[in-house]
Amino acid sequence: METNLAPLLPSAEVVLTALSVLLLDLFIRKDEKGLLVWISLIGLALAGGMALFLWGSHEGAFQDSILLDDFALFFTELFLGAAAITILSSVHYVRETNIHEGEFYALVLLSTFGMILMAAANDLILFFLGLETMSIGVYILTGMWRERSQASEAAMKYFLIGAFATGFLLYGIALIYGAAGSTHLGRIASALGQTKSHGSIILSAGVFLLFVGLAFKVAAVPFHFWVPDVYDGAPTPVSAFMAVAVKAAAFAGWARIFLYQLSPLQSEWTLPLKALAILTMTVGNLLAISQSSVKRMLAYSSIAHAGYLLIALVAGGESGGQALLFYLLSYAAMTFGAFGVLIALKEGENDHEAYSDFAGLGFKRPFLGMAMSLFMLSLAGFPPLAGFTGKFYLFRSAVVAGHIDLAIIGALNSLLSVVYYLRVIVMMYMEEGGAEGKPFARAPYLYLAIAIAVLGTVYLGVLPAPALDLSRISFISLH
Amino acid sequence: MTDHVLTYMTFFPLAGMVVVLLLPRERHDLVRWASALFTLPPLLLAVWLYRNFDPVNPGLQFVEKAAWIPAYNINYFVAVDGISISMVLLTALLTFLCIFASWGIDKGVKGYFALFLLLDTGMMGVFVALDFFLFYIFWEVMLLPMYFLIGIWGGPRREYAAIKFFLYTLFGSVLMLLAILALYFSSEPHTFDMTQLIAQSSRYGTTPLHFWPFDHLRWGFQHVVWMALFIGFAIKIPAFPFHTWLPDAHVEAPTAISVILAGILLKMGAYGILRINYPMLPEATADLAYYFLGALGTWNIIYGALCAMAQKDFKKLVAYSSVSHMGYVMLGMASFTPQGISGAVLQMFNHGTITGMLFLLVGVIYDRAHHRDIDGFGGLAAVMPVYTGVSVLAFFASMGLPGLSGFISEVLVLLGAWQKYPLLSALGASGVILTAGYLLWTIQRVYLGATNEKYKAMPEINGRELFTLVPLGIIVIILGVYPNALLDLLRASLDQLNQLVIPHLS
Repeated sequence: METNLAPLLPSAEVVLTALSVLLLDLFIRKDEKGLLVWISLIGLALAGGMALFLWGSHEGAFQDSILLDDFALFFTELFLGAAAITILSSVHYVRETNIHEGEFYALVLLSTFGMILMAAANDLILFFLGLETMSIGVYILTGMWRERSQASEAAMKYFLIGAFATGFLLYGIALIYGAAGSTHLGRIASALGQTKSHGSIILSAGVFLLFVGLAFKVAAVPFHFWVPDVYDGAPTPVSAFMAVAVKAAAFAGWARIFLYQLSPLQSEWTLPLKALAILTMTVGNLLAISQSSVKRMLAYSSIAHAGYLLIALVAGGESGGQALLFYLLSYAAMTFGAFGVLIALKEGENDHEAYSDFAGLGFKRPFLGMAMSLFMLSLAGFPPLAGFTGKFYLFRSAVVAGHIDLAIIGALNSLLSVVYYLRVIVMMYMEEGGAEGKPFARAPYLYLAIAIAVLGTVYLGVLPAPALDLSRISFISLH
Repeated sequence: MTDHVLTYMTFFPLAGMVVVLLLPRERHDLVRWASALFTLPPLLLAVWLYRNFDPVNPGLQFVEKAAWIPAYNINYFVAVDGISISMVLLTALLTFLCIFASWGIDKGVKGYFALFLLLDTGMMGVFVALDFFLFYIFWEVMLLPMYFLIGIWGGPRREYAAIKFFLYTLFGSVLMLLAILALYFSSEPHTFDMTQLIAQSSRYGTTPLHFWPFDHLRWGFQHVVWMALFIGFAIKIPAFPFHTWLPDAHVEAPTAISVILAGILLKMGAYGILRINYPMLPEATADLAYYFLGALGTWNIIYGALCAMAQKDFKKLVAYSSVSHMGYVMLGMASFTPQGISGAVLQMFNHGTITGMLFLLVGVIYDRAHHRDIDGFGGLAAVMPVYTGVSVLAFFASMGLPGLSGFISEVLVLLGAWQKYPLLSALGASGVILTAGYLLWTIQRVYLGATNEKYKAMPEINGRELFTLVPLGIIVIILGVYPNALLDLLRASLDQLNQLVIPHLS
C-alpha cells in the first residue's frame, strides 16, 4: 500500500526546523545565536508556503487518520503565524532573562507541530498525540525562566492540571471507543447513525468527558482557575503563545470533533455548552475588572474571549464556524499585540506589568501607546477594528441559530469589558510617571511583531471580506 | 469631483489626520495650519452642496454606493436629503471654526489636532451614511476621539467626565447594535440598507396588549426595537433622565470641544430618531412618540431652564441651556405637523450656531480670567465693549428674541405642537420666560454693573476669536430674518417623513 505523504509536508517541515535548531544550537557560539531566529523563521515561512501550495486539496494519510483539508490548512497557517510572532517577540526577552535560545525556539516549533496535528487529526488517538506534543512543549516553555520562582510554580501547576485534563480526555476517548468500536472520527460518526440505542449512555459519558477535557484546554469557566497563575508566571511571549495558539488549537479540535463529526449529538451538548459560554464570558470579565496587573488582566480577558468563542460553537453551522475562525484570527492579532507591548515595558529583571507602569506611556513612546490603545479598543470591540467585526459575526451567528439571549449577554459583556480595557488607555494618556518602555533600537524584532499585529487588527476590521470568505471556505471544507 | 462630493467631505479630514501625524512634533503652527487647510475643503464643498441641493426633491441626493462586504450585503452608501443637509452644513462650518478656536491649545498639539480631524470624519460620516452598518461604525469612530479630547485636554475633573461620557454613550451604542441586528435579521433579503429597511417597515407586526390598564396599547417587535434605538439616541440628545453626562463633559472639555459637543454631537440623537426611528418603525413611532416624546421634550425645556438658573459656573449654565433647548427639538418632532417637525430640524441647526457662540464666548473670558464663576465678573461691558456686543447678540438669540434665528424655530415648534398638545405647548412656551430669566440675569451679573477691579485691564477680544464668532453671528441674523434660506431645503423630505407616520396615529 502506498502512503500519501503530502498531507504531512508542512508539519514535517516544522519538525525538521526544530531539530536543525536544536542541533545547530550545540555548535554555535553564544553571540551567534541570532542565526537560530532566522532559521526558525525561514522554516516557518517554508512550511507556510507549502500549506499555501496545498490549499484546496482534500487528501488523507494513514487510513484517513490525518486529513488535509482547507480547515486544517487554515489552522496550520494560523499556528505558523503565531509561532513566528512568538519568536519575533521573544528574541529580546530570552536574551534578557538568560533563557536558552536554542531550546526555546525548538520547543515553540515542536508545540506548533503538535497543534498542526490537532487541527488535521481525524482520529481521536492522533488528536490526543498532537495535544500532548503541544502541551509538553508548552509546559517546559512556561518554566524556562528558571531564575524566577513564579515561572517554576506556574509550570508545575500547568503540568499537573494539564495532566488531570488529559485524564478526562483519555477516559472519554476510551469510552467512545467502547461504544463506537473505533477511534476514527468518520467511523464513530457512522456508528452513531446505526447504534442509536445501543451503548448510548457510554457514548454520552465519553462525549461528556471529552467535552470537559477540551474545556480545560480552552480555559472555560469553571475549568479556568489555572489560567491567571500560569499566564502570569510564564515568560510573557509564552503567555501570548498560550493565549492565542494553544487556545486556537483546542478550538480547532472542538470544531472538527463536535461541530462536524459528532453533530448528530448536538441536542445533548448545546445546553451545557451554552451555560459554559455565559459563565466563561461573565466570570472572565468580572474578574478582569479587579486586577491590578495588566498581565493578569490579559489572562482573565483571554478567559472572557474564550467565552465569546464558545458562542460560535453553540451557534454551530456554517455561520458559527465562519465566525469562530474569523474571531480566532482577529483575537490572535490583538492579543499578540497587547502582550507585545507588555514585553516592550520590561526592563531587565523588572517586569513592569502593573497598570501604574503604563502611566504616561502614550507620550513617552507614542508608537507603543497608540498600538496598545488600538489593541485595547479592539479587544473591547470597537469599530472599525478587528475585535468589533469578529464579535459582530459571533453575535450574528448566535442570532441566526436562534440564541438571541446569548447575543444579548455577549453584547452586555463586551460593555463590561470596556471598563478594564479603558483603564489602560486612561493610564497611558492621562497619568504620568510609569515605566520607560524599550525604544525601537533596543528591540527591533519586537517592534516588527507589534507592527504586524497593528496591521492585522486594522485590516481585519476595515476590510474583513477576504478573511471572512477564507474562514467560510475553510469551515465548509470539513463537510 | 462632484460625483463623490460627500466622500470628499467625509474623508478629507481623515487625510488631514494622516498629514498631521507626519508633521514634526515641534512645529505647532504648521500642525494648526494644516488642520485648518484640511477642514476648509469640506466647508467649500458644503457651500457648493447648499447651492446645488434640489429643494423640491424629497428623496436622496448626491448618492454614492459601492459594495464593501458583499457577503453580508454591507455597502458603502452615502447620500443627503432634507433631513441631513442642514447637519452636514453645520458640521462643515463648526469644525472649520473650531480649528481656530483650538489655536490656544499648547499641550500635545499634534495629537489634539489629529484626534480632532478624526472626530470630524466620524461626525460627517454619521450624517451622510445610509447603510446601517456604516452608520454604526461612524457613530463609534466619533466616540473615541471625543473621549480622548475630553480626557487629555480637559479641565481638572477630565478623567471622570470622559469616562462618564464614554460609558453612557457606549451603553446606548450596545442597545443600538442589538436593534441593528434585529432589523437586519427581520428584513428579507437581509440588508443594512436604510432605504430598503424603510421600504420593508410594514413587515413587523404588533399585537395588542391584553391587560388593564394597557389594553388599548399595541406592543410588538418594532416597539422593542424602537425603545432600544430611542434610548441610544436619547442619551445623545440628551433627554431626561439620561442627561447627567452632559454638564460634566461640557464643563471639563476644552472650549472647541464643548462647541462640537453641543453643536454637533447632541444633534446626532435627534437626527437618529428622525432618520431611523421615524421611517423604519412608523407604527411604533406613532404609538410611542405621540405624547411621550412631546412630554419628555417639555420636561427637558423646563427642567433644563430651572437647572441653568441655579448654576454658578458659566459653562454649566450654557450646558443646561442646551438641555432646555434640545427639549424644543423633541417637542417639535413629536408634533407630526409640518411646522413642528421643520421647526425641530431648524432648531437643531440654530442651537448648533447659537450655543456654539455661547461656548466660544465663555472660552474667551476663561482664557483671560481662568475661572468661569458667573458672580466673579461684573461690568465687563465697560472693559470689553466688542466682546459684550457679540455676547449680547448670542444671548438674545438663545433667548428667542424676534429677528434672530432662535425665535423662528421656537415659534415653529410651538405652532406645530399647539395643534396636537395645547397644554404641553403652553408649558413649553413658559420655558421661554425661564430662559429669558436666567440669560438676562447672567448678562446683568457678568456684563453690567460695577466693573470688577481685578479685570480692569482685561484685553479686548482678539481677531482670531472674533473670526470664530462673526460667521455664526451672521448666520444667526440671516436665519432670523430669512429662515427660508434653510427651511426650503428641509421641507420636502420632512413632509414625506411625516406622511410615513401620520397614517399610524390613532
